[in-house]
Amino acid sequence: MNDVVQPTPLTRKDFSSDQDVRWCPGCGDYSILANVQRVLPELGVRPENMVWVSGIGCSSRFPYYMSTYGFHTIHGRAPAIATGIRAANPDLSVWLVTGDGDGLSIGGNHLMHCLRRNVDLRMLLFNNRIYGLTKGQYSPTSEAGKVTKSTPDGSTDYPIDPASLALGCGSSFVARAIDVDADLLGAVLRRAGKHHGSAFVEIYQNCVVFNDGAFDAFTAPEVRPERTIRCEHGKPLLFGKEKNRGLRIRPGTLELEVIELGKDGMTEADVLVHDETNAPLAMLLAHMPFPEFPVATGVLHAVERQTYDAALAAQHEAAAAKSGKLSLQQLFETGETWTV
Amino acid sequence: MQVTGDQFTLAAALARNDLATFPDYPAEIRAPVGTTYGVSGFQIHFGADDVFTPGDAPDVLVAMNPAALTTNLRDLKRGGLLIVNSDEFKAANLRKAGYAANPLEDGSLSSWDVLAIDITKLTQAAVASTGLSSKEAARCKNFWTLGLMYWIYGRSLEPTVRWLEAKFAKRPELVAANVQALKAGHAYGETAEISHHRYDVPPAAVQPGKYRNISGNIATAWGLLAAGQLTGLPVVMGAYPITPASDVLHELSRHKALGVTTVQAEDEIAAICVAIGASYAGSLGVTVTSGPGMALKTEALGLAVSTELPLVVVNVQRGGPSTGLPTKTEQADLFQAVYGRNGEAPICVLAAATPADCFAMAIEAARIAVKYMTPVILLTDGYLANGAEPWRVPDVSKLAKIPVTQRTEVEGFHPFVRDPKTLARAWAVPGTPGLTHRIGGIEKDFKSGHISYSPENHELMSRTREAKILGIAEDIPEQGIEVGADHGKLLVLGWGSTYGAIREAVSRCRARGLDVSHAHLRNLHPFPRNLGALLGKFERVLVPEMNLGQLVRLIRSQYLLPAISYTKIQGKPFKVDEIESRIRQELEPGDRPSATNGSSAVHEEP
Repeated sequence: MNDVVQPTPLTRKDFSSDQDVRWCPGCGDYSILANVQRVLPELGVRPENMVWVSGIGCSSRFPYYMSTYGFHTIHGRAPAIATGIRAANPDLSVWLVTGDGDGLSIGGNHLMHCLRRNVDLRMLLFNNRIYGLTKGQYSPTSEAGKVTKSTPDGSTDYPIDPASLALGCGSSFVARAIDVDADLLGAVLRRAGKHHGSAFVEIYQNCVVFNDGAFDAFTAPEVRPERTIRCEHGKPLLFGKEKNRGLRIRPGTLELEVIELGKDGMTEADVLVHDETNAPLAMLLAHMPFPEFPVATGVLHAVERQTYDAALAAQHEAAAAKSGKLSLQQLFETGETWTV
Repeated sequence: MQVTGDQFTLAAALARNDLATFPDYPAEIRAPVGTTYGVSGFQIHFGADDVFTPGDAPDVLVAMNPAALTTNLRDLKRGGLLIVNSDEFKAANLRKAGYAANPLEDGSLSSWDVLAIDITKLTQAAVASTGLSSKEAARCKNFWTLGLMYWIYGRSLEPTVRWLEAKFAKRPELVAANVQALKAGHAYGETAEISHHRYDVPPAAVQPGKYRNISGNIATAWGLLAAGQLTGLPVVMGAYPITPASDVLHELSRHKALGVTTVQAEDEIAAICVAIGASYAGSLGVTVTSGPGMALKTEALGLAVSTELPLVVVNVQRGGPSTGLPTKTEQADLFQAVYGRNGEAPICVLAAATPADCFAMAIEAARIAVKYMTPVILLTDGYLANGAEPWRVPDVSKLAKIPVTQRTEVEGFHPFVRDPKTLARAWAVPGTPGLTHRIGGIEKDFKSGHISYSPENHELMSRTREAKILGIAEDIPEQGIEVGADHGKLLVLGWGSTYGAIREAVSRCRARGLDVSHAHLRNLHPFPRNLGALLGKFERVLVPEMNLGQLVRLIRSQYLLPAISYTKIQGKPFKVDEIESRIRQELEPGDRPSATNGSSAVHEEP
């Protein structure tokens, strides 16, 4: 009689909806969706206890393809709606999908405040450096001088770096991944899934129609080892096919520099060891200029600190303990009353 | 000055007078003392009879400096009592107030009964023993004056002494000084041979029960608290501070123990989005704002309409457009509430009539929101928000429970499956097994809830959303008459905070034998189902509003009635006299007193 019902292990199918995926053929979003559906079963959260929230844009169609609860909201506002969901029910696992336009342009304010509050949710920002759904205008992450339909003479803006912005907002978790690098993306999603607090993940995502090859200079498989550096906590910051190059702090400065092992007497002992709890280091890594430096990927920064939701819950408990159970009737009768 | 007004109000309430108050303060936080734009006023009307408004023309004016005198004297009744702090009538202050000569000396105040007292000096003398500096001592002059007013009206000093003790618990020297000032002002009345100025205002005859004084904003907050308990739902308020609505946020944020979560959001848009997210997750999402904030919430309101989520939005209206008159009152957001969204986005709109009525209307807004799965806009305004009146404390256990259905049944579910009677969609809350689904602002298929761009489906969904909101008319009270017969020559139809002024004006006109009635709308969209028939029983309908004629246009367009508009847009409520004059203009054609104070009637057709 004491049969323990073993919950059926979750599979990828448990997270796939029956809706036809409507992204363009070859879009980087397909790869991200596949990796998300591959990793989610490992987190042990049942689909009905998970909510995917999005704003507007190509990436924001994501919730329709998940067989969880999903809320496709309005442009830029997903972080605010997700904050409301967490405030109402902190037991739900909340995931947010946004893009460089949705999250950094129209919704920049909400993104900033969500991250600084440390609302317990995962925010995946698909960065393709272009407006896709409105058919090809430049975005806040487009390179300066970008020629698009709305900027025939080149854009006059400087771009923003999403990971640096997230670090500046005090985000407790900041990572970078690449749509087509399944190993990296899977590892980052696993970490983000287990993080308590706002987990910000920038995913370089290729838009085949309006900005094809935007990241090829460092994401193409043949250049990736030399042009990216995968940051892993406690491991030396080495890159290159032979892992023969590394990063160190240039002596007497607050700058990073690339060193080559075996050259000028450099050994692995000279290479900086990644410390993901060190926010200034994360900022240096996020800021490295390309192509002089490799692009930093992986978990740049991760610390645990009280989440917004937990702080709310603690205040509720404290209030209940302090006022006991002040009833509504008692509240109405506080202060000066008179009886007729 | 506001504190003094609150204390005097409390004293009148404890003496069981009926009352209404009107605080009138500047938008500036600390406007320079002595300037006309820095005058902070507080008007109270109290009596042994029913009191519906703060009154048109005070019988007594207390002016603490020349600026207060020049801004308020025009309202004081001829022959009324004018108490002034003569210490403040010095050259610099007279200049700041625009007086060429001292009005206390040039005979210009001879129409009033002037009591000029050196209040500052008397206060300083009274509190000398407390060791406060003369500047600090002078700050106690409002309480000295309050003490004198308490003597004039025979009020007890005790509640105010208790309040001072609690307020300055950590500064006993301030308690001592203010109490001494209060008592000295009271004693001054005894000794200064002004007993011909004493009044006895007996208790009003009111329904038995326990009473307290309540402002509109507190009543709104408490109504939302009650709605949480009556629905059994946690309340989540997202709000961004804005005058004159912030007090609702302040009050709710004090009551976490009663199941309320407040989120001070980064902006007005985030505030409503937090509330929408909370409702999506199964709580009662609420947000409170004023005009400019309401404008920012527009897009998110459309999302709540499209996803059919319950939501209570309180708009404490203020003067507009744009920043407008932040601390002044207006009723110009009615069109915005009824129509102000992109697409066909029908929303239920309610309006509270008096400060205490905000309590009941907040509960009603929540009831409709959860029953019909719809946003509900509750309109109050600055006048209701800050005005106060006695409120009979309800027995919470006797308030009607609000049934809420959150779906758990898997069979036959899709997110837009509807209750055939109310047309409300199923509320399936994340965390419920078997009901995972996706919703959003894109049009949904009527039969499956999936995304649909079908032309016929969009028409069906648009008409269904409209029918759902119009159907609420079957679920709200029929429109009644406040004063007068249910048919006749003239109906004065009001909404919102004009209640008191209209009611009193209509009562006065009826006492003169005029055939006039008063009806007051609390349901602005949809209208009560009998409204058209009721209006049809009157020869004429007059609609007074603090805007340029918004309800009147809704009435004209819905019922094809030549309703007459009477409007005022000065940031100030109607006076009873103004409405009374307008009614008499309609019904006593031979004797046409014109509307006073610059108010103008709008007669043009829309």
